[in-house]
Amino acid sequence: MTRPNDSALLAMYRQMVLIRIAEEALLRLFERAEMPGFIHSYIGEEATGVGVCYALETADVITSTHRGHGHAIAKGCDLNLFFAELYGRASGTCKGKGGSMHVADLDIGVFGANGIVGGGVPIAAGAALASSIRGEKRIAVAFMGDGATDIGPFHETLNLAAVWNLPVVFVVENNGFADFIRVSDHQKIDRISQRASAYGMPGETVDGNDVEAVHSAAKEAVERARSGHGPTLLECVTYRWRGHFEGDPQPYRTQDEVEAWKARDPIKAAQVRLIEAGLADPSVFESIRAEMTGKVDDAVNFARAAPYASPESALEDVYTDLAVEGWQ
Amino acid sequence: MRMSYSKAITLALAEAMEADEGVFCLGEDVGYGGAYGATQGLRDRFGAARVRDTPISESAIIGFSIGAAMSGMRPVAEIMHMDFIAIAMDQVVNQAAKMRYMFGGKAQVALTIRCGVGGYLNAAAQHSQSLEAWFAHVPGLKIVCPATPGDVRQVLRDSILDDNPVIVMEPLGLYEASGEVPDVYQQRPLGKADVKRRGEDVTIVTWGRTLPEVLEAAEILAAERIDCEVIDLLSLVPWDEQAVFDSVWRTNNLVVVHQAPRRAGFGAEIAATITERAFKELDKPVARICGLNTPVPFAPEMENYVLPRAARIVAEVRKLV
Repeated sequence: MTRPNDSALLAMYRQMVLIRIAEEALLRLFERAEMPGFIHSYIGEEATGVGVCYALETADVITSTHRGHGHAIAKGCDLNLFFAELYGRASGTCKGKGGSMHVADLDIGVFGANGIVGGGVPIAAGAALASSIRGEKRIAVAFMGDGATDIGPFHETLNLAAVWNLPVVFVVENNGFADFIRVSDHQKIDRISQRASAYGMPGETVDGNDVEAVHSAAKEAVERARSGHGPTLLECVTYRWRGHFEGDPQPYRTQDEVEAWKARDPIKAAQVRLIEAGLADPSVFESIRAEMTGKVDDAVNFARAAPYASPESALEDVYTDLAVEGWQ
Repeated sequence: MRMSYSKAITLALAEAMEADEGVFCLGEDVGYGGAYGATQGLRDRFGAARVRDTPISESAIIGFSIGAAMSGMRPVAEIMHMDFIAIAMDQVVNQAAKMRYMFGGKAQVALTIRCGVGGYLNAAAQHSQSLEAWFAHVPGLKIVCPATPGDVRQVLRDSILDDNPVIVMEPLGLYEASGEVPDVYQQRPLGKADVKRRGEDVTIVTWGRTLPEVLEAAEILAAERIDCEVIDLLSLVPWDEQAVFDSVWRTNNLVVVHQAPRRAGFGAEIAATITERAFKELDKPVARICGLNTPVPFAPEMENYVLPRAARIVAEVRKLV
């Protein structure tokens, strides 16, 4: 989605707008029951996924989360196939077997969204281990929320990734909540990046709504990994505009709090930056919005027209070789 | 060549690492030869990058292996005692088993998980479980359980070559048992049973540590003119239904023996499958001789009571035939 002559900021801005419009479309489609399953919206957190993925090569690996739409799009997932997957269609990225919580595209290093909080963290480190053993330049990024930093495998993984000096970056999207629980109620520390010191790796906290700050910190961490200097824990402080899932009654916060964070919209912040730098004006923003809306509309139409998965295709892909019986 | 079960594991790992640079081993104490000696000498031969000691971090061991497998490698992860795999259950059950399926067939998780399986060692409740039934219930995993040196060399190498996640259950009580291992390895698909003894009166199906108990029982029963056919399944997912069916067609009696508790054990799956398929061939209901529905106790007197021994197998088979 980026164009070669764009400045980095404009390129990242375009990605953020694409993710925002895709997410807004998903909310509408979900609300009118056109889309099955659950939706965990990424709205408000776009700067994190975009700022990090803009620092990566296509071959680099990411593992994502249940709130993973933005990561997949930022890493370069084909938007048509992405929407087809969320519709559960045969031509989706996962042939309709994964849906929103398991969007994956191994060809571009998206080792999947993951329905288990923290489930992808050791897997990213494993991709980095493969690079390390084979002497490759490929690195890996594990995206996770603040909640994932409380599970056991997070600690096992950071410890061992540091011991083995693996080329991996652990990106924590601290969006304020683990499900319904506020960070201050599930952790006793001010900054999640403090946990890095327990494992002997650098840790940094950045404003996760500032795409340039995220990108700059991510770039440094990626270079550290790629040059053989080991893992980094990068905390990006952002905010979850929507509930944990669509339909979450959100008894745990006030509308005022949400509005205060909306005033810190990462997309609006990037607009201010672009205007200040003379890189764009409101007409550019309008045309980008129109362009991305067109892309999303096309993808929705592609998905709507895509073939349904046959029920019996459920029997495929369990094993590489064993057949699985259906019912007669 | 004659060697112990644990040396046959070492041989299989060395051959697999020699044949494919993508194969590497990781686990607790693996670099130092393993708690039970199955990886002795491998780090000296293949280097610390491919024979890796890990912290006591089972989730990381399995999770790292999954990521490396999805990157095209063939990790062989060791879980020292199968009981400890409980700590890594998310990575085994929700991740390794499902990656290929959830991602529409695009992920390949050619992962081998070697588990030492206790029981018959007075190791008590947390170092003695045979947990095949847990994993047989999870589509996407294969499960094998070789009981002789020749079989572990064969089946472990087959598992490493398999493109799916495979759990290899290695009975620790058989690690020192010796047996013949063929000079040359030839790949076979997983899922073929091996008839360890031919017989006409009753078919006894088993796997793992109970195989020698069953063979001993079959010797005793032979003296009483009860002729047992002993099928070593070797693989539970997939399992060789045809071999069992063919045998039952001749003997008309089926007994399943396993060390895991009887309730919801894998024996129930075998009994149900053969009953559905060959009800009319059976003279009597399928008998299950299994571990009792208790944790495994420490005291030898109690452990010998809870886990199936040759004497119990003899007594139960006598009742059937």
